[in-house]
Amino acid sequence: MAEMMKGNVAIGEAAIRAGVRFYAGYPITPSSEIMEYLSWRLGEVDDGVFVQLENEIASINMVVGAASCGVRAMTASSGNGISLMQEAMSVLADENLPVVIITMVRYGNGLATLYSSQTDYLRETRGGGHGDYRCFVLCPYTVQEAVDMVALAYELAEKYKMVSIIMAEGALGQMMEPVDLPAFLDVKRGEWGFDGTYTNAKLGYFDRNSMTEAEELRERYDLIKENEQRWDSTDVADADYVFMGFGLAGRSCLGAVEDLQAEGHKVGFIRPITAWPFPEKAFAEIGSNTKGVIVVETNAMGQMVEDVAMYMKKHGLQMPVYSLPYVYGVPVIQDIKDDFKKIVNNELKEVF
Amino acid sequence: MEKERKVPHFVDNPSNFCPGCGHGIVSRLVAECLEELGQDRNVIYTIGIGCSSNMSAGMKADRLHCCHGRASAVASGMKRVNPQNVIISYQGDGDAYSIGMGESMGTAYRNEKITMITINNTNYGMTGGQMSATTMPGQKTTTTVYGRDCSVTGNPFKFPELVASQFDVAYAARGSVDSVGNINRLKGYIKDALEAQIAGEGYSVVEVLIPCPTNWGMTPLESLDHIRNNIIPYYTLGVKKARGGKSV
Repeated sequence: MAEMMKGNVAIGEAAIRAGVRFYAGYPITPSSEIMEYLSWRLGEVDDGVFVQLENEIASINMVVGAASCGVRAMTASSGNGISLMQEAMSVLADENLPVVIITMVRYGNGLATLYSSQTDYLRETRGGGHGDYRCFVLCPYTVQEAVDMVALAYELAEKYKMVSIIMAEGALGQMMEPVDLPAFLDVKRGEWGFDGTYTNAKLGYFDRNSMTEAEELRERYDLIKENEQRWDSTDVADADYVFMGFGLAGRSCLGAVEDLQAEGHKVGFIRPITAWPFPEKAFAEIGSNTKGVIVVETNAMGQMVEDVAMYMKKHGLQMPVYSLPYVYGVPVIQDIKDDFKKIVNNELKEVF
Repeated sequence: MEKERKVPHFVDNPSNFCPGCGHGIVSRLVAECLEELGQDRNVIYTIGIGCSSNMSAGMKADRLHCCHGRASAVASGMKRVNPQNVIISYQGDGDAYSIGMGESMGTAYRNEKITMITINNTNYGMTGGQMSATTMPGQKTTTTVYGRDCSVTGNPFKFPELVASQFDVAYAARGSVDSVGNINRLKGYIKDALEAQIAGEGYSVVEVLIPCPTNWGMTPLESLDHIRNNIIPYYTLGVKKARGGKSV
């Protein structure tokens, strides 16, 4: 039976049930309840380890150590904290270590704000740190979806030996919704883990062939793009306009689409569940009569809209792309509907 | 008559260190101690950035190269999930004390049950001999071309003394590779540090003074004299915190 749970708490419990046995972190609003919950909950399960560290850099590096021994390790943070983790995330990618990182995104540059937002889309989908790598980026639009994504995030991370990021907005972590918690998984140590016996030798960085590794990485990412795109869509095929939005902005967008349909507008909706790999396959449903694609986000400039335009070009879709960036918060359905009418009346111009 | 070469198996390989460098002695001593303690196939190293990175070429043991300065945090993560393994964080002075001061202090502060071996050659060797937290007063480096002026840079940093006096650590010592006698004493410190970890007593650290002829602009023999005459008087050798909780 579903019970009412706060998003961050539900994610913490989902982590336990997904076999997470190591958490190292540093608090930051709006993600802190995840670590508060795990600080006592990890002590209730066999071999559970929780460590509060001096900063996010130490936290993610401790996660590197635990993951290198094959344990399902996790940390959670938000904008600024994830910035501090980028170097080690690049190391995790480079060492093929599976880790899940939760980010409850808050708006803004610099010291940022406490507003819920989608301001870090470009960073998370481009790898974020130095070098040329990618992370899985999973974007839940309900607390239930976030909870179900935790085990999935580890499955993907371990299958492809890379980092999975669950990128949720701050508001998702703070709100309560009915949740069905998943069953407890019996997770074994990863076979890649160090055990001191030199059976899983890792090469030092002076001993590696970067050219071969780059080719291997390209092949792996191509495989992921082919097999792991995830999205939801509704009424796309014969829509005049197709809305796109992920997370809570996508949830508002869905509400606006339902309202507009009730008013007689032919509108469809695509909600990316994976922001990387970008669900470009969803574009196969878009018909040639569609007049435009409208991207709803909560950031300053529009970020996903760049991916939308790029992949539409790849798929030969010529229609205009409109950007509705609502900066922060959860978009109001009426605002989306009002802006839609401006687009229809040619009062709002396309950006691509 | 055949004679067995007694070199620990996992460091019996060519290395990339400069002629006259002390890294090779230290890595071999650690390996000898691990063999003698029966831990040579029960060890994971975290390796810092800098000349320590050359360790990997000659070392066949579980090891992970870490972000610059963060090896002690990585080592702590390993130890928390693999308490049965011996975890050694092998870092230079620049890695452990300059860029990594936060993680090294945090790890000692929490008394994580790992062993840190810090190689102190009083400069950043790998990047061409810049000033480190341990560069001696007046020492010329590529970023202190007129000699280190401690009135603007701060004074050389003494990590073992600091953690021995301020934190609840299990063991802290400083050794040197400038002479056979000091090498033998150093081996004793390293073994004590590893035994402290194996016994679950807490954090242990051994700092080692080594020569850096390349960046000091000296011959290997002059470098050893420099350690004896100029560095050891400042960075005194010996146990700074003995096992059993006694600060020395």
